[in-house]
Order: sequence, then C-alpha cells, then structure tokens
Amino acid sequence: MNDFWIILTGSLVAISCALLGCFLILRRMALVGDAISHAVLPGIVLAFLFSGSRDSLTMVIGAGLLGLITTFLIEFFHKKAKLQSDAAIGVTFTWLFAIGVVLISLFAGKVDLDQDCVLYGEIAYTPLDMIILEGGYLLAPKAIVVMSCVLISILLVIYFFYKELLVTSFDPGYATALGFSTAFWHYLLMGMVSATTVASFESVGAILVVALLIVPPATAYLLTDNFKRMLLISSGVGVVASASGYYLAVWMDGSIAAAIATMCGLLFALAFVFSPTHGILKRKLVRAIN
Amino acid sequence: MNKNISAVSALEVHDLTVAFDRKPVLWNIDLEIPQGKLVGIIGPNGAGKSTLIKSVMGLLPLSSGYCKIFDEKIDDVRHRISYVPQRESVDWDFPVSVLDVVMMGRYGKLGLLKRPRKADLDVAMDCLRKVGMESFANRQIAQLSGGQQQRTFLARALAQQADIYFMDEPFAGVDAATEKAIINLLRTMTAANKTVIVVHHDLQSVSSYFDWVILLNTRLVANGPTTSTFTQDKLQETYGGKLTLLSDVGDLIRRENFPNREEKVL
Ligand SMILES: Nc1ncnc2c1ncn2[C@@H]1O[C@H](COP(=O)(O)OP(=O)(O)O)[C@@H](O)[C@H]1O
Ligand SMILES: [Mg+2]
Repeated sequence: MNDFWIILTGSLVAISCALLGCFLILRRMALVGDAISHAVLPGIVLAFLFSGSRDSLTMVIGAGLLGLITTFLIEFFHKKAKLQSDAAIGVTFTWLFAIGVVLISLFAGKVDLDQDCVLYGEIAYTPLDMIILEGGYLLAPKAIVVMSCVLISILLVIYFFYKELLVTSFDPGYATALGFSTAFWHYLLMGMVSATTVASFESVGAILVVALLIVPPATAYLLTDNFKRMLLISSGVGVVASASGYYLAVWMDGSIAAAIATMCGLLFALAFVFSPTHGILKRKLVRAIN
Repeated sequence: MNKNISAVSALEVHDLTVAFDRKPVLWNIDLEIPQGKLVGIIGPNGAGKSTLIKSVMGLLPLSSGYCKIFDEKIDDVRHRISYVPQRESVDWDFPVSVLDVVMMGRYGKLGLLKRPRKADLDVAMDCLRKVGMESFANRQIAQLSGGQQQRTFLARALAQQADIYFMDEPFAGVDAATEKAIINLLRTMTAANKTVIVVHHDLQSVSSYFDWVILLNTRLVANGPTTSTFTQDKLQETYGGKLTLLSDVGDLIRRENFPNREEKVL
C-alpha cells in the first residue's frame, strides 16, 4: 500500500507541475518557476513560526505570498531598475532563499524544519502522515489530500480560463489590446506556481519541484506542436517519471526524489533523440535522404 | 449609418508624448483622422511608428496627452478596435495552429467563461479565406513562411470584426501579388466605412494605396489627405538630410539609395 501512496503523491505533484510548467516554458519563464520554488522558503519558515504548526494551509498562504512577492520583485528589478531579467531573477531568489536558510538556523530550536527536508523532500514518509477521520477510520495520507486539492484547482483554472491563459501567453500585447489584463493572468499563474511548490515541497522538495516544472513540459514540447496535447503529454511524462523513479529508488535503495528527477531527465533525452517531429535522429535522417 | 455618428473622428490624438528612459520617442503629437479612410503611417526606422500605434492601443505608459477613438476612451471601445502587431512580437514556435491564432481574434467578443462556438469558427474560416490561407487552417504556425505568418495575423485582426484597424507593417515579407490582394481587401473595408491605419515602408506605393497619410519622425511632420500631404518637401522633412533633392520620389526609390526602405524577404 505504501508504494501506491508514494507513487500517487508523486504523480499528483508531477501533473500539477507539468501543467503549470507548460505555461511557464512557453512564456519563457522557466527560471521564474525555479526562483519561486526557492524563494518561498522564508515564507514557509515564517508561516511556521507564526502558527507554530506544519499546518498546510498556513504554509500555503505564507509561501504563496512570498511567491507573489518574488514575482513582483523580479518584475520590479527588471522594469524599473533595467536589470536583465535573468539577473533580476538571480538576485531576487538567492537573496530570499538565503533569508529562509538564515531563519531556519536562527530558530533551529523552535522550528521542526530541516534544510535537507526542504531541499530534497521526504516523499517516503508521506504515507506516515495520514488524515484520520472521526471514527478512527483511515482515509488517506495528508499529502494526497493536499495535492489533490491543488491539482483540482489547477485543472479548474485551466479548463475555465483556457483562452485567457493562451492568448496572454502567446501574444501579451495583442491580449492587452483585446482588453485582457495580462498582469492579472500573470500573477494568477505565479500564485498557482507558488502554491504548488509549497504544497509539494514536503513530499518532493524544492529541487525536484523545479525538475517537474520544467523537464516534462520541455519533453512534451519536443513531441508535439499542439498545445492541448502538450499539456497531456507533459502530465503523462510526469506520471511515468514518478512511477519509474520510485522503483528505481527502491532498486538502488536511494533517494526517491532524486530518482524521479533522473527519470525526468532520461525521458527528456529519449524525446530529444527520438522525437518524430523535433528529434535529432529525425533531422539526421531527413538530411541523409535529401 | 447615422450622419452624426460618422462625422465623429475615427482617431484623435492630443498632445501625445511618449518617452523611454526619459528620451522622447514621440513628441507632442496632435492629429485627427476621419472615418472610412485607408491611412498610411510613414517615417524612417525608429521614427516612433510602432510606438504611436502601441500608445493608442494603451500598451505603453504615456508621458502626456491622450488618445480617443470614436470620441471615446480606448478602454470603452476595445471591442471596436483591431490590432496587427509587428510579426516579430511573438514566438512562432508556439505550439498552436493557424486556426487557433485566428480564433484569438474572437476572444475579445466572448465573455469570461465563454468558449468560441460554431459561429466564431465560421468567422475565423471566412477571414482565413479572405487572406487566402484557408488551406493552412490546421497547419502549425512554426511551419509558415514569413508572408503566411503575416497573413495569419491579418486574418486574426479581421476576425475581430472591428470598426478601426491598426496594422504594424502588415506587408513585411508578403509577396507583391498578396500585397495587392490585401490592399483590395482593405479597400472594400474602408468602402464600408471602416478605418484602416497601416504602418508602411514602400514609399513608391504610398500614393496608390492610401487616401490619407501621417508623416512621422518623433514629431508629427504632416497629417492629411495623400494628394495634398505626400509631397516632396514634406518627405524631405520626414526623412531629413537622407533624402537627396529630386522631384520624383519614384525615381529616387528606383535608384535604391533610400536609407529607410526595408529589405523585402520573400
Ligand atoms: N521598449 C523600448 N525601450 C526603449 N526604447 C524603445 C523601446 N521600444 C522602442 N524604443 C525606441 O523608440 C524608438 C521608436 O521605436 P519604434 O516606434 O519601434 O520605431 P518604428 O516602428 O518607427 O521603426 C526607437 O529609437 C527605439 O529604439
Ligand atoms: Mg516598428
């Protein structure tokens, strides 16, 4: 049963990240996802200090706020201070992440959070943290409940606001001309990335979240020219990586999160070589034939 | 159409100044354009032509001044305005089809939570037909030539079924025959009292294409009907010393020493 819970948690995280990641990479904002996943750390610590618990809701709110602040700061440094966008990202998130690390060491005694856990996650422990209903009836691991809520919210937003997200991603200038608020959809997306990062950090850790945000969408991008299919394929890649990564970790007796990230990279490499549309093999073949 | 309503200016720009990093790119522009005209915006590279269009569309912060369309604030009449951005403004590797892009022209008319319907699809296909791209509807945009990309953008703008159209270099990379076909299409639109404002580069075709011209080089040099406005001395003023003194503009262009004429990519 533990296998099942762990793979299910991994898959829920992977699908959530894959869906958001598709928008991120097409908006050329993959690194913003990276930045947010690190910069939410002080938010997590502060939320923990204020509420005194690892209650997910407080943490999601604390980190969600930090995520929005990160996005805002990056825009601010880029637009107002005329810093290159990659430099603006670098400045913002390293600084916020460092504050998080400092806070953890300052309050080490009071905070039941350790940096390894934040960075690498502990997906293996997810089945231990079960939500137990009134009558002592076992329901499901907490991580599953939280991640299901996150995924459902993401699916609802993409389903109902598909056209807004699509047009503001493809052509923001035109979208503004049509009367869509590009800023609103930008911050909504960034808010969802922050919330997802936080909700998943306990299970998979900050580093794997980045891998799941970027690598499956990048793989799907190589495999299709259709955006809806890209959303589906990247989710599929995420799930396959989670399941195969779990068994790889069991076999190697190693870190599950690292194994999942490794599988993501492997799937990307396969797509890179064998993709029927963009793969290097196909390009070589075409050149050989011509 | 009600006489009173068509007497309202299509576009009114008042005291418009736009600056990037405090360096003014548009300076004190005042102009008014009547409805139903095919208008050319002419000026050298960096003259602020794109900036003028973007400012009118509300995409840039204005240092001073205001713009009105049909005597209303832009935000109140967005559903009547259509826009063709410069082709380079988007990523053509984005995984969408030609039809997906043209359908975006319908998005402004749909409310929140509304999906495009059959009627919207019909409009989109009709617009693709008008620009001769119907057989490309399901083609991925990454596989289009420059001219086809341009026509896709044009079809998207047409799908908005607006009353005023702003087009930023819609002929860049379009072949001569298509350009003629598009001009004819724009003519039928202006005949139906639509206003079409086009950033244009080929000075040789200005007189035959446009009823009205805006000559721009940071400042407004001239604004008025082509016959009285598109003159040698006004052009001289727009392009500055780069223009040698020759009475025939056509002559000048044939000699191909015109500094601001962009290469046509076919
Ligand atoms: N985002 C921007 N930031 C700074 N300068 C800009 C920006 N956009 C345009 N400019 C400058 O404004 C001037 C006018 O640009 P533009 O309106 O694109 O010219 P045109 O379309 O007439 O070729 C140019 O000198 C250009 O360098
Ligand atoms: Mg321009």
